[in-house]
Amino acid sequence: MSKGRLGYYNPDKKQENRITDIGPSHFRQFMPPVLRKNYGNWASHRVLDPGLLMHVSETGDKAFTVRVGAPRVMSVEHIREICSIADKYCGGYVRWTTRNNVEFITDKEDTAKALKKDLDSRKHIGGSFKFPSGGTGNSITNIVHTQGWLHCHTPATDASGLVKAVADALFDDFKTMRMPAKLRVSMACCLNMCGAVHCSDIALLGYHRKPPAIDDDAVGKGCEIPLVVAACPLYAIKPVTTAEGKKTVTINQEKCMYCGNCYTMCLGLPLADKEGDGVAILAGGKISNRISGPKFSKVVVPWLPNEMPRWPTVVKTVKQIVEVYAKDANKYERLGDWAERIGWERFFEKCGLEFSWHLLDDYRLAYDTFRTSTQFKYTDHAWAVSKAVGGI
Amino acid sequence: MGIPGKEKMWDKEEKEHRKYDDVRIFTDKDFNNYTEDELKAFKPKHATPMLDELEKGPWPSFVSDLKREALHRHKVGQDNLLIPMEAVDDLLGVVELSYKEGETHWKHGGIVGVLGYGGGVIGRYCDQQQMFPSVAHFHTIRVNQPGAKFYNTDFLRAFCDICEYRGSGITNMHGSTGDMVMLGSTTEQLEPIFFDLTHDLGNDIGGSGSNLRTPSDCIGPGRCEFACYDTLAMCYEMTMAFQDELHRPAFPYKFKFKFDGCPNGCVAAIARSDMAFIGTWKDDIRINQEAIQAYVADKIPRDGGGMAGANWGPFNIQEEIIDRCPTGCMTWDGKKLSINNPECSRCMHCINAMPEALRVGKDTGVSILFGAKAPILEGAQMSVLTVPFMYAKHPFESQQALARKVQDWWIEEGKNRERLGELIQRMGLKTLIEVLGIPAMPQMVKEPRSNPYVFFKESEVPGGWQRDIGDYRSRHPK
Ligand code: SF4
Ligand code: SF4
Ligand code: SF4
Ligand code: SF4
Repeated sequence: MSKGRLGYYNPDKKQENRITDIGPSHFRQFMPPVLRKNYGNWASHRVLDPGLLMHVSETGDKAFTVRVGAPRVMSVEHIREICSIADKYCGGYVRWTTRNNVEFITDKEDTAKALKKDLDSRKHIGGSFKFPSGGTGNSITNIVHTQGWLHCHTPATDASGLVKAVADALFDDFKTMRMPAKLRVSMACCLNMCGAVHCSDIALLGYHRKPPAIDDDAVGKGCEIPLVVAACPLYAIKPVTTAEGKKTVTINQEKCMYCGNCYTMCLGLPLADKEGDGVAILAGGKISNRISGPKFSKVVVPWLPNEMPRWPTVVKTVKQIVEVYAKDANKYERLGDWAERIGWERFFEKCGLEFSWHLLDDYRLAYDTFRTSTQFKYTDHAWAVSKAVGGI
Repeated sequence: MGIPGKEKMWDKEEKEHRKYDDVRIFTDKDFNNYTEDELKAFKPKHATPMLDELEKGPWPSFVSDLKREALHRHKVGQDNLLIPMEAVDDLLGVVELSYKEGETHWKHGGIVGVLGYGGGVIGRYCDQQQMFPSVAHFHTIRVNQPGAKFYNTDFLRAFCDICEYRGSGITNMHGSTGDMVMLGSTTEQLEPIFFDLTHDLGNDIGGSGSNLRTPSDCIGPGRCEFACYDTLAMCYEMTMAFQDELHRPAFPYKFKFKFDGCPNGCVAAIARSDMAFIGTWKDDIRINQEAIQAYVADKIPRDGGGMAGANWGPFNIQEEIIDRCPTGCMTWDGKKLSINNPECSRCMHCINAMPEALRVGKDTGVSILFGAKAPILEGAQMSVLTVPFMYAKHPFESQQALARKVQDWWIEEGKNRERLGELIQRMGLKTLIEVLGIPAMPQMVKEPRSNPYVFFKESEVPGGWQRDIGDYRSRHPK
C-alpha cells in the first residue's frame, strides 16, 4: 500500500485514479475451501463441546468450527495474532460472528481440537484469556455492545468496561451450556441504541436522568434552532431570546425524558452528568421466532449508578436474574417466555427486584401494557397495595 | 498503486491472487518486536488505575489489548507512523479520565468525509486536547465488511497495516451494523485511506448518516443447514445495486437491509432493519423417521447438543416437541412423527431441537418485513410482515424493485429524521400496501383492529361524499 502522508492521493488532481462504488470484497473468495465446496449443501450440525461445532454436508464432508470470545474493541496486534493462528491451523481463513465472536474453521477434527487447546492456552499479561472457546448452544454468548466512553459523544455509561465486568461474571456460562434456552445479553450506552438491544433476553442501557444543560452561547452560534426545537419528541424545547438579545432555547424540564435527541442536533445541549447518568436493565426480549414470536425487552430496573470501574451493582443484578432463570425456567423456555408463564409479578419477586412507579409506562400507547383482567398472583407487591388502601 | 483490475483478487485458491506481501506497509522487523517482559514492564504515558481493574477476570480484556498496541506503536516508532505514536496511550488516558469523572470526553462529530461520498466517516474530536493531544482528532472510518464476515489473513493483515499506519491501530471488529471499523484517524488521512482501501484492498467504505447503512447477513448457505435462500449472495447483490444510496445521502434518515436465512434470525433483521429479509419455505418439513427414533432412544442429543450443559433428563418427544409446537400441528403415535404442514407456522422449534431428523422444506424463499427501529423517537418497533413469501433468485431484481418502491415513497413523504417504520405508523399500513400495490392480508396483523374508526375511500361509498342538504331536508323537515 501507499506510504507517505498523502499516499496515492493527489490533492491537486482529486479525481485522478479515484475508484468509487466498488462495494465490499466478495465473500466467496474468503470462505474456507470446505465451506465453498459444500455451499448450500449443509445437512445438519452438532455442538461437540462448548465452543466446538461440527457441520455435516449432504456429501458427508464435515466442517469443524472453534468459536472464541472476543472484545469488539480490538487492536491490530490482536488481529495479527488471530491471523497467525488462522495461518497455522486453518489455511489462513477466519471469520467473525454477528455477536463479535471469532470462528476458526477446518475440515479436520484433530486440527480443531488442537486449535481449541492452543486458543484456550493464550492469555494476556494481565491474566485474562485472549481467545476463550465457548459461546455455543445454550451458553451465554458474547455481549454485543456500543462505543461508550471510548469514542462516542452521547453515552450515559461506558460500554466496553461494563461489558467486560458483566462478561467476567457470566464467564462460566460462556463456557458451559446449562441455560434452559439461549440467553442473549446486549448493551447500548444511550437511548440511540446503535446496538439495537431492544429485543434481548437481558439488555443493559445507559440512561441519563438530567435534562440538558443549556450553553446559550453555543446554541446561538452553532445550532439551527428550528431543527433543535423540532428534534424534541416531547415538544419540551422553545426558542427564546435572552435579555442580552441572544437567540437560544429553553427546555421544559418536567417534560424532558433525557433522550438526547436535541444534543444530537446541537452541541450546546449536553446531557452527560456523573450523578445523573447510569444504567437501566431490560429483560425478556428475543428475536428468534422459535415457539413464541419475537418480543421487546421490558424495563425491569429503571436505573442503577455508574460504579466505575466494575459496576458491581449492575453485575450483581444481572447475575441474580440469570441464576433465578436458570433454576426456574423449563427447557426451551426463553427468559421472556418464562416471565410470562410465571407472571411478571412473580418474576420481580423471584429475582428480588423492586417494582417502582418508574416501571409503569407513561409514554405513547402505555395503556397497552396495563393489566385489564383480574388474573394475578399474590406477592408482597399486592399486599402492599391492599394495606395502603386499608383493605387488610 | 494497486494492480488495475485486480483490486479484488484476494482469493488464495486462485492463481495470481494478491498476497499481503504485495501490498504491505510494515516489514517483518516491525512485528514481534517486543518481549513478554517488556510488555509486563510497560507503563503507558498516563497512569490508569481504574482501567487496570478491567485487566482482571477471565473475559478478554480490551485494556490489556490496548496496552499491547500502545507498546507496539512505541516500538514501531513515530517515523513509521502517520498518526501520533502515542494515540493509544492518550486513548487510555482519556477513557481513564471518563472513568474518574463519569462523563465522556468526546465531542460532536464534525462533517468530514471523502470526495463524492456523504457517509462512511464519522468525525470525532476530544474535548481535552491539551491533555490528550494524540487523540485530539480521532475519526472513525466504516469499512464495508465482506459477507458473513469471512476473511483471509492476507486481506486482514493488509487492513491492519492501514489501520496502524494511518490510524490508531485500534478497530471495532465489528461495528453494530456490521462494518469493520477503523478508529482514530485524522481528516488529512481520509483520502489516502480511501485510496488504499479501494486500490489495494479492493474494498469500499460503508454507510453512515441518512444513507443506506451497510447491509449485513447471516452465514446462511455458507455453513447453515437452515438457510432458506442465499443470504450471502443476496446481501452482496443488494449492496452493489444500492451503492449510490449507500454512499450519497438521499434519504430522510438511515435505512437498513438485513438478511436472515431462516426464522431463527441470527442477524436480528426483524428487530434492526427497515427492510428485513427472512428465509422461509412453503412446502413440507422434511422428516427422517429413522433419525426421529434415534432422538427418542437418546442416541442423538437434543438441540444439536447445545443443551448438554445441564441434565434435562431423557428426551421426551411428546413433551418437548409435540406439546411445545405453538400451532399444535404435530402428532406422535409412539413410532411415527407426523406434521400437518398447512397448519405449521415455521417457528423452527422442532427443527432446532432435532436438526438431524427434521429439515426445512425444499421450496424456499423469503418473507419481507418493513419498519424496525430502535426507540428514538417514537419508541422501538419491530418489522411488520408485509410480503409472506417471495422466491429469492439471483440477481434478486424483484427484491430490488420492491426496495426502490418503498424508498421512493419514504423519500417523497418522510420527514427529516423519520424512519420508515415511523412513516408507516403515521400514514398507515394501508398506505404502504397501496404504494406496493399489494392487497391487505390477515397475516399483516396480530389481530384485527378493535376500534371501529374505519376510514373509507369516497369511491367506496355509492354516490360519493357530495351531499345535497336539500334532498336530505326533503325527507327530514327541520
Ligand atoms: S448507544 Fe448512543 S452513546 Fe452509545 S455508541 Fe451508540 S450513539 Fe453513542
Ligand atoms: S433530551 Fe430529549 S426530551 Fe429532553 S429536551 Fe432534549 S430532545 Fe427533548
Ligand atoms: S438465521 Fe437461520 S439460516 Fe441464518 S445462520 Fe441463523 S439459523 Fe442459520
Ligand atoms: S416448525 Fe414450529 S410450528 Fe412448525 S411443526 Fe415445528 S414446532 Fe410446529
